[in-house]
Amino acid sequence: MLCANFKTETLGAGVILIPRNPLSTPNPHRLPSTVAREDEHLLVAAAKSGNVAAFEELVGRYERKIFRLTMNITGNREDAEDAMQDAFLKSYSHLKDFQGDSRFYTWLVRIAANEALMRLRKRRPNQFSLDEPVAGEEDLLPRELQDWGPGPEQRFAQTEMREILSNVIEQLEPAYRMVFVLRDIEELSTEETASALGLSVPAVKSRLLRARLKLREKLNRYFQQGGAN
Amino acid sequence: MNCQGVIHELSNFIDGELEEVLKRDLERHLAGCNECRLVVDQTKKTIEIFCCCEPVELPGEVRNRLHEALRRKLREAAQ
Repeated sequence: MLCANFKTETLGAGVILIPRNPLSTPNPHRLPSTVAREDEHLLVAAAKSGNVAAFEELVGRYERKIFRLTMNITGNREDAEDAMQDAFLKSYSHLKDFQGDSRFYTWLVRIAANEALMRLRKRRPNQFSLDEPVAGEEDLLPRELQDWGPGPEQRFAQTEMREILSNVIEQLEPAYRMVFVLRDIEELSTEETASALGLSVPAVKSRLLRARLKLREKLNRYFQQGGAN
Repeated sequence: MNCQGVIHELSNFIDGELEEVLKRDLERHLAGCNECRLVVDQTKKTIEIFCCCEPVELPGEVRNRLHEALRRKLREAAQ
């Protein structure tokens, strides 16, 4: 039986659930996972027409991922929280401008990345630059190569692993970190990443390669067998 | 293809964006070069670990502040 908080709408062959208005709870109900993605555009359409509950459903669906994104970019919990909050508030204010030519989540990621960048810039004005550091081709050649053995991440507790990942990503220069976060963690396409950061596609590719190689080298210190841990 | 060539094409190879001829060339090199194989496998693993790391549950107070701010915004918008 469907939850009383949802009404059904038919789209093509499928039936989706739209939250009834108003549904203003701090922790809105999650939609069943089987309809988790296909209904995004319908939720957006409902939110655009003033359905508050539909917007809250979108927030509930993406808040954890957006907080991870802003944490990864700022490396600071207070800034990450502010950036996440402003990203959701701005996305609501500008919802009418969202044309639907990309996924809502991709659009939201762009807003959140921008909010996080502004805070990073403010906190570290002297260290911050999105320009690519000058580096030659020889810089790309891996210096540290040791066997990691099978499933190296399984040698660490989940919380310990999260801490390691957060430490190593924070050590990356912002120019590389931004590209890696958007492209490999948030899984935006190369073109979407380029557009979000105002870079060319070749620049995104070049930075992504360096980011991946640098992160591999940093993780090597933890994963090499008989190594740091 | 030499080791430098493998590194140069590493992302394209991992992302499946390498032309067939180059891909075969790179794979031939990997078959005989243990070091490059390590770099390729470990870079793939690096991406996988970051990508598969589930975001943590939002701390309760963070979620409460977020939803409180949203409700304020929504009330303002409704007026």
